[in-house]
Amino acid sequence: MTWITKPKVDWAGQQRNPLGLTIRDYEGVMSTLCAGCGHDSVTAALVQAFWEMAIRPEQVIKLSGIGCSSKTPAYFLGGAHGFNSVHGRMPSIATGALAAHRDLIAVGISGDGDSLSIGMGQFAHAVRRNINVLYLIENNGVYGLTKGQFSASADCGSKSKRGVESRQQAIDPVATAITLGGSFAARSFSGDKKQLVPLIKAGLSHPGCAVIDVISPCVTFNDHEGSTKSYAFTRAHHEAVTEADLVEPAEAIETEYDWGDAVNVTVHDGSTIRFKKLEPDYDWSSRAGALQYLEHHRERGEVVTGLLYRDADQPDFHTIAKTAKQPLRDMEYEQLCPGSDALTSLQDRLR
Amino acid sequence: MTSPETNRVNDFVIKIATVNGTGSASANTLLMKALFRMGIPVTGKNLFPSNIQGLPTWYEIRASRDGYNARTGRVDVMVAMNAQTYAQDLAEVSPGGYLIYDATWPRDAQLERDDIEIIGIPLAEMVNERFDKPRVRILMKNIAYVGALCGLMDIDLGIVRGLVEDTFSAKPGLIDSNMEAIELGFDHARKHFDCPLPVRAERMDASRGHVLIDGNQAAALGCVYAGATVGAWYPITPSTSLMDAFERFCGKFRRDPETGENRYCIVQAEDELAAAGMVIGANWAGARAFTPTSGPGISLMGEFLGFAYYTEIPAVFFDIQRVGPSTGMPTRTQQCDLIAAAYASHGDTRHPLLIPSDPAECFELSVTAFDLAERLQTPVFVLSDLDIGMNDWMVPELTWDDGYRPDRGKVLDAEALEKLDVFHRFADIDGDGIAYRTLPGSDPKGAYFVRGSGHNRYGGYTEDAEEYQDVVDRLLCKWQTARELVPAAKLTEADRPTGIGIVAFGSSHGAVGEALDRLAADGIHADYLRLRAFPFGEEVQRFLDDHETVFVVEQNRDAQMRSLLLLETEVERRKLVSILHYNGMPIPSDAVTERIREHVRREAAA
Repeated sequence: MTWITKPKVDWAGQQRNPLGLTIRDYEGVMSTLCAGCGHDSVTAALVQAFWEMAIRPEQVIKLSGIGCSSKTPAYFLGGAHGFNSVHGRMPSIATGALAAHRDLIAVGISGDGDSLSIGMGQFAHAVRRNINVLYLIENNGVYGLTKGQFSASADCGSKSKRGVESRQQAIDPVATAITLGGSFAARSFSGDKKQLVPLIKAGLSHPGCAVIDVISPCVTFNDHEGSTKSYAFTRAHHEAVTEADLVEPAEAIETEYDWGDAVNVTVHDGSTIRFKKLEPDYDWSSRAGALQYLEHHRERGEVVTGLLYRDADQPDFHTIAKTAKQPLRDMEYEQLCPGSDALTSLQDRLR
Repeated sequence: MTSPETNRVNDFVIKIATVNGTGSASANTLLMKALFRMGIPVTGKNLFPSNIQGLPTWYEIRASRDGYNARTGRVDVMVAMNAQTYAQDLAEVSPGGYLIYDATWPRDAQLERDDIEIIGIPLAEMVNERFDKPRVRILMKNIAYVGALCGLMDIDLGIVRGLVEDTFSAKPGLIDSNMEAIELGFDHARKHFDCPLPVRAERMDASRGHVLIDGNQAAALGCVYAGATVGAWYPITPSTSLMDAFERFCGKFRRDPETGENRYCIVQAEDELAAAGMVIGANWAGARAFTPTSGPGISLMGEFLGFAYYTEIPAVFFDIQRVGPSTGMPTRTQQCDLIAAAYASHGDTRHPLLIPSDPAECFELSVTAFDLAERLQTPVFVLSDLDIGMNDWMVPELTWDDGYRPDRGKVLDAEALEKLDVFHRFADIDGDGIAYRTLPGSDPKGAYFVRGSGHNRYGGYTEDAEEYQDVVDRLLCKWQTARELVPAAKLTEADRPTGIGIVAFGSSHGAVGEALDRLAADGIHADYLRLRAFPFGEEVQRFLDDHETVFVVEQNRDAQMRSLLLLETEVERRKLVSILHYNGMPIPSDAVTERIREHVRREAAA
């Protein structure tokens, strides 16, 4: 047997969310990733976010493609349906599943290989279609399962473990998502749970495609000197441009979206997360502003993190398609079949 | 040679050569429907280029009082409206036939034939005198040849007027102008020629209870009636009109008149890979979902097809076959994706194929495809082709049983899960190779993990030899179950016992049906088995066993169905004789008749 279920022990006095579930109820099977892998920290952040938001696991679908990152949906929310699809094709599965059932809470886990090389097309179209999914890219700049080739997010000039320098330009999923007209783009670091958990909550609450690029170091193949996706490099160069506070439901919120200094994101459980700007010159209200800022810092070798762009008014996939509010898969057959009389009259024009 | 004795009343082929983008399609449809409303069995074959405007296009209308609907090798009346193809069109007219041309301009004097009659009608000249706008002149010139044919062939002008009125009921102004053009042609023909020609129409009563419909529309209706709600696709000829029709029907039947909300969701995907993924995702989440595509799309969908096979997710794939390999000829027909579809994807994979032979069966088998996909939890193909999908066929009016309810297969809801101690996604409880599934969003007890990687009967990841094999062996058991569930082949027995059998399928059916009658008239009797599905049921093995020689008629170069029969039955190789047709034109009945006759005579002589 190559999969291990974690033993679950209940004890009196453990913390429970409003559904009466403990954080352990949001875990999955034991991770088989390398010890110290950034992805496991992302998994922990997801568990934390779902538990705190008190989302019923069975309301969630967790989807992925192929790669180390794509293994992780097995490691959280054991009570949710999971879908490990083919390489780079998670977005199409998510699109189809959400077309069938618009009320499912979809979390798509992908990697830099999965989304920026083989799956670049599907990534792009999920973003422009604005499907309602939390699209989380666990970005380590390297192919782990095939033992250390550069991925498309490897920075130009960064070095592989064997000392080879990457000479091609890197694809930045955040800048790409913004360019494609994405409605939500954020970046974080697997080592910064304090920043990541609120971003996940905001992404889950966003009515559209929420892209979060998480720098998640590969301890085995990309954590050396010369790498720009190592723990040490990311710790030294990640520049948070926003900061999040949790605002309890009781506190009054004066403006829903104030893009001056803060943005308030209402979360499913009724609370609000307030993202505050740390950089006074950061213009997060426009695509051009966000892109300019990202580019400016990229040139200086800095990794900008935080909630970087959000447009909550952009119509999502179902709004554009004018799909019925009732999930299609829950419709009775009688709502769908026109019946024999309709077939007869329809054929009048075929004579 | 059409001798004077040959009765050509309600038994003729009209071929019309035009330029695409000139409105000839409406003129040709008008002509065909007029014959249909006169009660004459009729079929139309549109032979069109992969182009928007300016290239040659042909339309063949066959009227057959005996109800034959295949192409033949004959052209009785050629309407040569395209100077570019005139030489070729002239050469194609059968001896004793007629060629009608636009006499506004002189014909090429080098080109002559004395075994046919040539009829010149100054269509452009007459039309240009009556109409001013250049575009209208082009359109009306084509409508005018319909009028000329009505005059020459006794096609009922009152019926034509009725059709024009139906077509332009929303724009009554066009009724008069179209009728004017028709009458120009009609009057000229009646005045200058000895009408009607021996090749002519006469009212009969053989189209009552029938409709003229193309297979893609019928398949789209099947999707609507089966309760499909999600369609994902990437545009590709010749499957595009299937999704267009689905959208049109859904707009009519599934849109809330008050809110404008849709009880369906169509996604135009970024490519066929994504379309396949969307269909699989939607089916996994519990909707009935499908994608229409053609050969190149099937190649692209390969990885996902194997995924859905191994993860046991229902899905319906329409393959409207066109000429391959590669881009091939997108607007020409073939039956060339049998092997690609049957074994699509790497590893050990096999997929059920349903093979309709006309639009009526497209409707019927589309519904069956959704039921089978959910019952078997696997991708199911509907293997149509361009000839069925895009041409109008006369078929019995489609009917619907209001008692029908979809077979959703083995799905456990929250209530059913409640009664179970534990749920295992891939455990075969009933011994038919089909496990129970659950839908996301219902109950945490039913949660499972879909993975295309090695998995065991419990749904867990595995690299264990026995656990892996346990699952793929069960899939084999499921394949046996599929054999019993797919639609059986249809047997047509000869009037007397015979050792000769014919196996055919799909759009070759019409040609084989006609060939059987012609052969019987020559004293060659054959039993006929029309395959409707893969895997083959036991009736197929029995038929192969019971005949000494079995002709396998198919529209591809490599005898793909013959290969499938050799691989999947116990038939002896020497028994199977291929009759192949693969030039992109729908298979003509004459070719089938002649080649079988020739083979039988040669064998008899040997």
